[in-house]
Amino acid sequence: MATPETREVDEIGISKDYQYGFHDDVKPTFKSRKGLDEEVINQMCDIKEEPDWMREYRLNAYEIFKQKPMTKWGGDLSQLDFDDIYYYVKASDRSERSWDDVPEDIKKTFDRLGIPEAERKFLAGVGAQYDSEVVYHNIVEELDKIGVVFLDTDTAIKEYPDLVKKYFGTIIPSADNQFAALNSAVWSGGSFVYVPPGVKVEYPLQAYFRINSENMGQFERTLIIADEGSQVHYVEGCTAPTFSSESLHSAVVEIVCMKGSRVRYTTIQNWAGNVYNLVTKRAMAYQDAQMEWVDGNLGSKLTMKYPSVYMMEPGARGEILSIAFASKGQHQDAGAKVYHCAPHTTSQITSKSISKDGGRSSYRGWVDVAKGAKGCKSHVVCDALILDRDSRSDTYPVIEINENDTNIEHEARVSKIGEEQLFYLMSRGLSEEEASTMIVNGFIEPLVKELPMEYAVEMNRLIQLQMEGSVG
Amino acid sequence: MCNDLIIQDLHVSVQGNPIIKGLNLTVKQGEVHALMGPNGSGKSTLAKGLMGHPFYEIDSGEVIFNDVDVLELEPNERAKLGLFLAFQYPTAIPGVSLANFLRIAASAVRSAETNGSENNELIPMREFRKELRAKMTQLGVDDSFARRYLNDGFSGGEMKRAEILQLAMLEPKIAILDETDSGLDIDAVRIVGESVSSLVGPELGVLIITHYPRLLDYIRPQFVHILLDGRIVESGGWELTQVLEAEGYDPMREKYGIAETVQENTI
Ligand SMILES: Nc1ncnc2c1ncn2[C@@H]1O[C@H](COP(=O)(O)OP(=O)(O)O)[C@@H](O)[C@H]1O
Ligand SMILES: [Mg+2]
Repeated sequence: MATPETREVDEIGISKDYQYGFHDDVKPTFKSRKGLDEEVINQMCDIKEEPDWMREYRLNAYEIFKQKPMTKWGGDLSQLDFDDIYYYVKASDRSERSWDDVPEDIKKTFDRLGIPEAERKFLAGVGAQYDSEVVYHNIVEELDKIGVVFLDTDTAIKEYPDLVKKYFGTIIPSADNQFAALNSAVWSGGSFVYVPPGVKVEYPLQAYFRINSENMGQFERTLIIADEGSQVHYVEGCTAPTFSSESLHSAVVEIVCMKGSRVRYTTIQNWAGNVYNLVTKRAMAYQDAQMEWVDGNLGSKLTMKYPSVYMMEPGARGEILSIAFASKGQHQDAGAKVYHCAPHTTSQITSKSISKDGGRSSYRGWVDVAKGAKGCKSHVVCDALILDRDSRSDTYPVIEINENDTNIEHEARVSKIGEEQLFYLMSRGLSEEEASTMIVNGFIEPLVKELPMEYAVEMNRLIQLQMEGSVG
Repeated sequence: MCNDLIIQDLHVSVQGNPIIKGLNLTVKQGEVHALMGPNGSGKSTLAKGLMGHPFYEIDSGEVIFNDVDVLELEPNERAKLGLFLAFQYPTAIPGVSLANFLRIAASAVRSAETNGSENNELIPMREFRKELRAKMTQLGVDDSFARRYLNDGFSGGEMKRAEILQLAMLEPKIAILDETDSGLDIDAVRIVGESVSSLVGPELGVLIITHYPRLLDYIRPQFVHILLDGRIVESGGWELTQVLEAEGYDPMREKYGIAETVQENTI
C-alpha cells in the first residue's frame, strides 16, 4: 500500500462528502520530485535495480507519452495536471501509523462493511504487519507446487526475466494510448501470474494478499499468462474505500489466454472521490480460449475503463460484465471492447450502470468483426438505472462489422426506479430507502452473483451504505 | 387495541377525477367480506388508496386501523400495523429473490410489532428458512419458487400464489385481496381459493375484491357488498352473490340509476 503524506478519505466514496485529511508518520525512503522527466525515470530504475531492457522500455514509453496529445474523448481531463503528480514513491517497509490514528468514522465504515479485523488494518494503511502476509506466503507455497507463479511484477522481472520480457507490453503496447504510455514509463507494482499448461487453479488469486509497499500503487502493471488448457480466476480490489493521496491512478492489465485456457479477472474498486482512474485492460484469447472480465466500478472522480478481448483464433470467447455506480461529482465512463479477429468467435457484453445524486455514467462500447471472420456472434446488453432527475446516463456504442456472415445484437435500456416498484415494496413494510436499495441491489445482481461469496456480501452492504440518506 | 379497519365517508380521486365517492365499510379481524363490482367501479382505487399509493388522492374521509388514522401514514407504516394488499397486478423486482425479499419484509413488519424500532434486525436465516419452507408446503408452492426473482417472468397464476405466500409470511391482521382470482383458470382459482381459506381465522380479517364470484366458492364471506360508481350500494350476505350470478350488474345499475362505464381494463 502506498504511504503518502496526506490522505484524503471519502468515507465510502459516494453518497457522502466526508473528507478526512490526516497525517501519518510514515517516512518514504524515496520520493521523486513532482512531475516527470528522464531523470525521474532513471532514478526509479536505479532504485529498483532494473535490467537495462526495462530502463529502455520506460524511456521509450516516456517519449511516446510526451508526443501524445491529451485524450479528448471520454471524461473531462482538463483538471488533470501531469506536472503536479509524484510518479514514484518508494515507501519504507514499516509503517509507524497506529490503528488508533484511524478516524472513528472509517473504522465504522469497515465495521458496517464487515471487513475482517486484519484486513481493516491493512486497508487503513496501518498494516505493514498485516496478518495475511502469512496467508499469502502459504498460498504462494501451494501454488509453487503446481508450477503457478504469483508475484508482484517488480519481483517477477528479477526472478522470471525471460517470461516477463517475452510478453510484457505485447498485448498493450506503449503507443496504444496516452495512459498506457504513461504507465509503461512509470509503472510500479501489480501482479505477475503464470499458469502452466493444463493447470487449474482451484481458488481465486486475490491481489490484496500481496503485501508490499507498492501494492495498490498508482501505476500498477499486471500481466497474466494462462498457458494451454489452464484455468485461473484473479480478483483485485475490494469494496472498502481505497484511500489515496494521489489523484491519478492509471493501471495496465495484460492477459494472454492460450489455446483452450480460461481466465476470469474480477475487479471491484471503490476509489476516493478525488481520483482519476484511467485504466487499460486487454486480453488476447487464442483457439477455444475464454476470457471473462467482471468489473465493478464505484467511487472516483472520473473512471475511464473499457476491458477488451481480442479473439485471435477460432472458438475464442470473450465475456465482459461491467457495473458502474456514479454518484455526486462522479463520472463513470466504463464499457467494453470486443474484437472478433477470427471466425466462429463469440462475445457477450453486459453493462449495468447506476447514476445518483447528479452522477454521470456512460457506456462506451466497441464491437468489431474483421473481414473473413465468419460465423461470429456478439450480444451486447446495456442497462442504465437513473435514480433521480439530476443524474445522467449515456451510451456510445460503436459497431464495426466487415463481414456479412455474423450475428450481432445490441440492446439498450434506460430505467428509473418505478413508482409501482417502490409502492409494492413499501406496502410490504420496507421504507422508501430500503425499497430503493433493494431495487438497486436487484439491478446489479447479475454481477454480484458472479463474485466470490465474501465480495458479494460486501458489495450488497456497500450499495446499502451508498443508498443511505439518498431518499428525502 | 382495536384491530378493525374502519372506513368512513372516503373520497378518492385519480388525476382529479373522483372515483371513490363516499364509501363506508368496517372489516373486523376474523371476518371475511367480499366487495364486488364491475370493471372500473373503483375497486383497485379503493385498495391502493387504503394502502397509501401516492398516485391516489384522498380527498376526504377517514380510515381508522389499530386506533390510528392511517391516511397520515406511509405504506410501510400501514404494513407494519398489519394491513396487507394482495395486488391485482403485482410488480416485478428483477434480481431480488422471493426468499430474500420475504426475509427483509417479514423482518421489517415484525420488528415494528415488537419494539417499533426503525433498525430492522433480520430474522435469523435458519429460522426464516424453516418458516418459509413450512408455509410453502402448506400452500403447495414449489420449493424452486423461493429462489426466483420476485414476480419476474411469473405466470399469472404464479404471481397470485406469490401474493398469497407473502400474505402467509407477513401475517397481517387485515388483508385486502384485489382480484386474486382474475386471469386464472379454474384449477388455479381453486388452488388460490383453498390457500386463502387455509389462512383465514380469528386473527385475520379479509376483504376479497372481485368482479366475479368464483373465488367465493372456496372462501365463504359473511358479508357481501356491491360497489357501483364509487359507492357501496348494497350490503348483505351470501344471497347477494347469488343475485349477481343470476342477473349480473345491469338490474343493480338500473335500480340505482348508474350508467355503464364504457371501459374494460381488466380480464
Ligand atoms: N392509475 C390510473 N390512471 C388513470 N386512471 C385510473 C388509474 N387507476 C384507476 N383509474 C381510473 O379509475 C377508475 C376505476 O378504476 P379501478 O379502481 O382500477 O377499477 P376496478 O378495479 O374496479 O376495475 C377507472 O375509470 C380507471 O380508468
Ligand atoms: Mg381492479
